[in-house]
Amino acid sequence: MSAVQENADHGRAGHSQSAVEVETPFRRFVADYMENKIAVFGAISVFVVVLIALFGPLIAPTDPYDLASVTFMDNKLEPGEQMGNGVTAVLGTDGLGRDMVSAMIYGLRISLGVGIGSGIIALLIGVTFGLCAAYFGGKVDTVIMRIVDIQLSFPAILVALVLLATLGKGIDKIIIALVVVQWAYYARTVRGSALVERRREYIEAATCLGLSKRRVIFRHMLPNCLPPLIVVATMQVAHAISLEATLSFLGLGLPVTEPSLGLLIANGFEYIMSGLYWISVYPGLALLFTIVTINLVGDRLRDVLNPRLQK
Amino acid sequence: MTVFVIRRLMQAALVVLIMSLLVFGGVFLVGDPVEMLVADDADQAEREAIIKSMGLDLPFYIQYLRFIGNALQGDMGNSFVFQESAMHLIAERMPATFELAFAALFIAVVFGIPLGIYAGLNANSWISKTIMTTSILGFSLPTFWVGIMMILFFAVIMGWLPSSGRGETVDVFGIQLSLFTLDGLSHVCLPAVNLALFKLSMVIRLARAGTREVVHQDYIKFARAKGLSDTRIIGVHLFKNIMIPVVTVLGLEFGGLVAFSVVTETVFAWPGMGKLLIDSINFLDRPVIVAYLMFVVVLFVVINLIVDVLYSVLDPRVRLQEMKS
Repeated sequence: MSAVQENADHGRAGHSQSAVEVETPFRRFVADYMENKIAVFGAISVFVVVLIALFGPLIAPTDPYDLASVTFMDNKLEPGEQMGNGVTAVLGTDGLGRDMVSAMIYGLRISLGVGIGSGIIALLIGVTFGLCAAYFGGKVDTVIMRIVDIQLSFPAILVALVLLATLGKGIDKIIIALVVVQWAYYARTVRGSALVERRREYIEAATCLGLSKRRVIFRHMLPNCLPPLIVVATMQVAHAISLEATLSFLGLGLPVTEPSLGLLIANGFEYIMSGLYWISVYPGLALLFTIVTINLVGDRLRDVLNPRLQK
Repeated sequence: MTVFVIRRLMQAALVVLIMSLLVFGGVFLVGDPVEMLVADDADQAEREAIIKSMGLDLPFYIQYLRFIGNALQGDMGNSFVFQESAMHLIAERMPATFELAFAALFIAVVFGIPLGIYAGLNANSWISKTIMTTSILGFSLPTFWVGIMMILFFAVIMGWLPSSGRGETVDVFGIQLSLFTLDGLSHVCLPAVNLALFKLSMVIRLARAGTREVVHQDYIKFARAKGLSDTRIIGVHLFKNIMIPVVTVLGLEFGGLVAFSVVTETVFAWPGMGKLLIDSINFLDRPVIVAYLMFVVVLFVVINLIVDVLYSVLDPRVRLQEMKS
């Protein structure tokens, strides 16, 4: 821990010497973040992954879900072999003759979409409840936090399993399940920092000015609770992607028509015994890369945004 | 103290009751079990007879009260698929799951604590850095994919270990266990390591954090000043003090291991409760789903209750605070 601090201090000193422009909090944050090369690599990788997901259909060599162009003749081609339509399947094809690269790009879109989408909804719900619990205190606080406590005492995977067993399959259903699983983490995090902020003078000042409760909570309290929230949100997106993959693997998440990375791995699992490794190895590596890089960014954000590690 | 325990017991009972309502209500909404039970060519009269015999025509709250009444007597209904008592099915699979969970816990502790202590004592060596980076991987890697990779490497490519099933079991006090035969042990290897990875990373981090805190304490300095050997300081003074958080977290996480074994059991075709749950969900076998979930709920509530009570015994502040609120 002290090594990190020394590093950061050293970096800041070096930075202020060379910098001519005014040091704003944001610039300082960026400079702090840049200190760690692995974290910079993580941030760039996440950016690239998001770009690939966004522009997937333009990048993918073939459309894996266009039934007219996918032929069963191409099934289980080894990496590097040529498909019937002349395109080289760099990472091979799966049991139905779909090009793995294309299937992975489309799968990534779904995995990231579900992860980020459920993360944002859970964030909104969790933050609202957490802030209300901290601001109003008393009975409101007790009830909300009891629910949070009870829910967090059960493992996420179990809660999601039960929900999906009752809700059925579908992207909307899995997002609901992931939101239910995640909101409690946000609520707990934001309540923790909001409880500290509530006693600060600026909240008192805002209240004395006669501002509405909503304005005080969301415009004054919330911005000051953001740093830990950003860290938790980053980690939760990675967690959600991993959880979605696991649920899809168990056959409970997404319908077969919309395979995410997890479902691709599950499909490849059938063939692993016959040595057709590429069908589940490569989607797994893509999943792994996505999760690990997001976690790298989250880890660094935690170090940079943690006030205890700063001067 | 007694008041505290009674209050906690009542709270636990309330949680179980609420969860039973949620679970039963949720599963009540799933699919139509009649479709599963009736032959395709059954006529309307036959269908109605079956619906009536199972009480599916009754309103929800009566079905729920019946369920609670039966559950209190230990009867969770019969499985639609196996035509056997759901409780019996679960009890039959329980040893396999618990065996797996304990094996995983054992691996996590036996490897995690020494690695964590080492990383805590030599924070800047490259070995420690490797240990810590690997432990981040242990947190990030999806369990099921690691399982598949383990099968690919150890079973398919190398052919060293079997990839599925439980192998030969022996009867130990009426419970079938596979830990005591060579064949069984080779079967338990891969799933146990797979299930242990996540907890292993956690134990490493806890042990490391604990070590870094404890080494600077006065009693360690004093032990050093007394001239005790390093082995004794680490093995006795340090070890005892880092074990408190490790034991607490592991106790709480045992339930998590049982829950997470759903994934590992599916990958390795391990015939435990988790695999039973997934199969039951696919077959819409309501009684078994409900029975499994209630079993896990009770398991969790009991674990939390024990930890809470133990805490209040160890730290009176906890129960005093509770009294005030």
